[in-house]
Amino acid sequence: MSESTDNPLVEFRDVSFFHAAASAPVISQLTFSVQQGETLVLLGESGCGKTTTLKLINRLLLPTSGEVRVENKSTIEWDPIRLRRRAGYVIQEGGLFPHFTVANNVGLVPALERWDDARIKKRVNELLSLVGLEPNEFADRYPGELSGGQRQRVGVARALAAEPPLLLLDEPFGALDPLTRASLQRQFAELTRRLKKTAVFVTHDVREALLLGSRIGLMHQGRLRLLETPENFLKSKDKQALAYIETLALAPTGSPAAEESA
Amino acid sequence: MTFWRFLQQNWPELLTLLRQHVWLVFVSTLIAVAIGIPTGILLTRKKSLRSPILGIANVMQTIPSLALFGFLIPLKYVGGIGARTAIVALVLYSLLPIIRNTVTGILGVDPNVREAAVAMGMTGRQVLWQVELPLAMSVIITGVRVAMVIAIGVATIAAAVGAGGLGVFIFRGIRQFDNNLLLAGAVPAALLALTADFGLGLLERHFAIGRRRKPDTSLGWEKLAVLATSLIAIAVIGEILADWRGSDSFTHSAQTAHVVVGSKDFTESAILAEILAQMLEARGVAVERNFELGGNLPHDALLVGKIDLYPEYTGTSYTAILKHAPITDPHTVYEQVKKEYAEKFNVAVSDPLGFENTFAILVRGADARRLKLKTISDAAPQARNWRAGFGQDFMSRADGYPGFARVYGLKFVEQPREMDLSLTYLALASGQVDLIAGNSTEGRIAALDLVQLEDDRHYFPPYEAVYLVRSDSLARVPALSEALAKLARAISTEEMRQLNYEVDANKRSQAEVVREWIKRKGLAAQ
Repeated sequence: MSESTDNPLVEFRDVSFFHAAASAPVISQLTFSVQQGETLVLLGESGCGKTTTLKLINRLLLPTSGEVRVENKSTIEWDPIRLRRRAGYVIQEGGLFPHFTVANNVGLVPALERWDDARIKKRVNELLSLVGLEPNEFADRYPGELSGGQRQRVGVARALAAEPPLLLLDEPFGALDPLTRASLQRQFAELTRRLKKTAVFVTHDVREALLLGSRIGLMHQGRLRLLETPENFLKSKDKQALAYIETLALAPTGSPAAEESA
Repeated sequence: MTFWRFLQQNWPELLTLLRQHVWLVFVSTLIAVAIGIPTGILLTRKKSLRSPILGIANVMQTIPSLALFGFLIPLKYVGGIGARTAIVALVLYSLLPIIRNTVTGILGVDPNVREAAVAMGMTGRQVLWQVELPLAMSVIITGVRVAMVIAIGVATIAAAVGAGGLGVFIFRGIRQFDNNLLLAGAVPAALLALTADFGLGLLERHFAIGRRRKPDTSLGWEKLAVLATSLIAIAVIGEILADWRGSDSFTHSAQTAHVVVGSKDFTESAILAEILAQMLEARGVAVERNFELGGNLPHDALLVGKIDLYPEYTGTSYTAILKHAPITDPHTVYEQVKKEYAEKFNVAVSDPLGFENTFAILVRGADARRLKLKTISDAAPQARNWRAGFGQDFMSRADGYPGFARVYGLKFVEQPREMDLSLTYLALASGQVDLIAGNSTEGRIAALDLVQLEDDRHYFPPYEAVYLVRSDSLARVPALSEALAKLARAISTEEMRQLNYEVDANKRSQAEVVREWIKRKGLAAQ
């Protein structure tokens, strides 16, 4: 599980996190690293600590013990604003600002970074095309006028806007209908490969994990049970991993029913 | 007189009052917004402050407005009489809805959106200004809307502290039983409230998320809202400029002969004030009228120099201001008041004007004739079967009901009703009560066929009408002494009743009634 690599983008060193009120740790003794250019998928059921892990990376949370390092610097030493602007964040339902147009949502971080208007506009159009939304048609719409899938594409475009070295995605496609989800997953896989983005992707859907992950980290009750490539994950004898793999057998790939089983 | 004709005749005054009303509401709402929104934001950040501060604002709103004005009047810096007190009270009432809606609006922002904003690397300030406030804006504006509608209603009561506004018509209408006056005050106030409600409703819709699908159709409304807002803004700026210019000319003329005449908030006091005002004007003195001040406000205003003089009654000064136990000898009372006012307040007391306005114990003429009642003692045995109605003043003052009932051994069927003094006459005439304590100079006593019972045990102290004048004003304006000398013993009780009747019952303007009287008496020229 532990690796020795020269220059990881994100590194967890024996990280535990407790909520003040709760007795059991939300995550305990997490050690792993994310390499440049890879998509690490954190797979697990609700409450296993995968979202908390994500929030520890962009300092929405700070570890109770241990250390999270991003670009070779502990998150506690990072200026949280600078750190977050280097880590594009996508959440379920997109978390778009309902009072901003699509263009303003996508151009948010560039605007915060004080890019000039022409550059922002060019970048927004580029990104909308990239995620498959015609700029002329969508730029001036409000999120309330978009479908769920379109909102999610805007969310991804927004996260990519200021060319952050890192993408953090928290079940971005979880609330979509199966067909839209499958299409977005394919596009996302292609996008990350093309842009060579480093991403940490949280999901409870094993098919999504197998499709998108360079490596899959299986989390259970706050611990990392397994960290393997998709090929090795499928060969694993781990009890939890087998439970996930079984769900694949129950529903053949490509059938919409598979989407509901994870 | 029809309402329409009334409006035509009183149009300029109505406009002035309306402007004052709008100004009071606008300024107080503006201040309440400036305090309330930051406070609301603070409460979303500091949870421990939330319930105490909302609790205080809540309590503030439950204080009846008249009581709140009462608390504020004696306070330095925030109180006194005039617009300032009214604005302070209106601000206190407006705070709760604004604070509460700011808190509700901000806490109601979708947590996903807030989290996304933070995760995108927005600073706390950016999250507040670019995300939380815009998304909470329609809820906040609802709070402002509620606050403004409340303020428009409460501002009618501001007339009681001399702040002007449409309440002036309403209070005067209640005193004079004049429905035209009541309507002229109430209808514009209601229209104002509806307009504010509608205008801010449009603004609120403008900020509501998800209303932007068809921006083109809402453009008309938005233009209208912008237009209305600009009109109000222009009116308010005009008002402020007028005020500023007005205060400028005020300081200028204060150096020459300029007198501020005050009065209490009933017809007779206003008539007496108007008499002196017109006589001074005939003598080339610039006069500012600050009439219809409630309770003991004229006294406070006189002491601080906001007014130079006002009509008063010796008995009131003796008991209510100087806090002496009531006595019955008019001469002693007058001399004592004169001496103590000079010593304590540096205020001069004019010669008596010639009539008394004492409490008049009144019954229906029909009862008096049937039961052959002449004195209060005659009526005492009947009281067992009677109900009584008294003004608030009579119920509470030292020379009022408790002593009165004791001296005459009066016992009524039930505890006397406490009501507005001017309503007691109608209540008596229409048989809802059987005995009241009115004013002896009330114009409608004869018109309503009421009979005054003689105070055969001399319970009531003398209430001789006089003017109270600041000594420095007398020194500054020589015409004042001359006019006051002419008015010594110049008005009989009968004359005063007649003057009151002309204004209260015949609904004539008091300026006109006074002008005729001055002419008849030959008091205009020196």
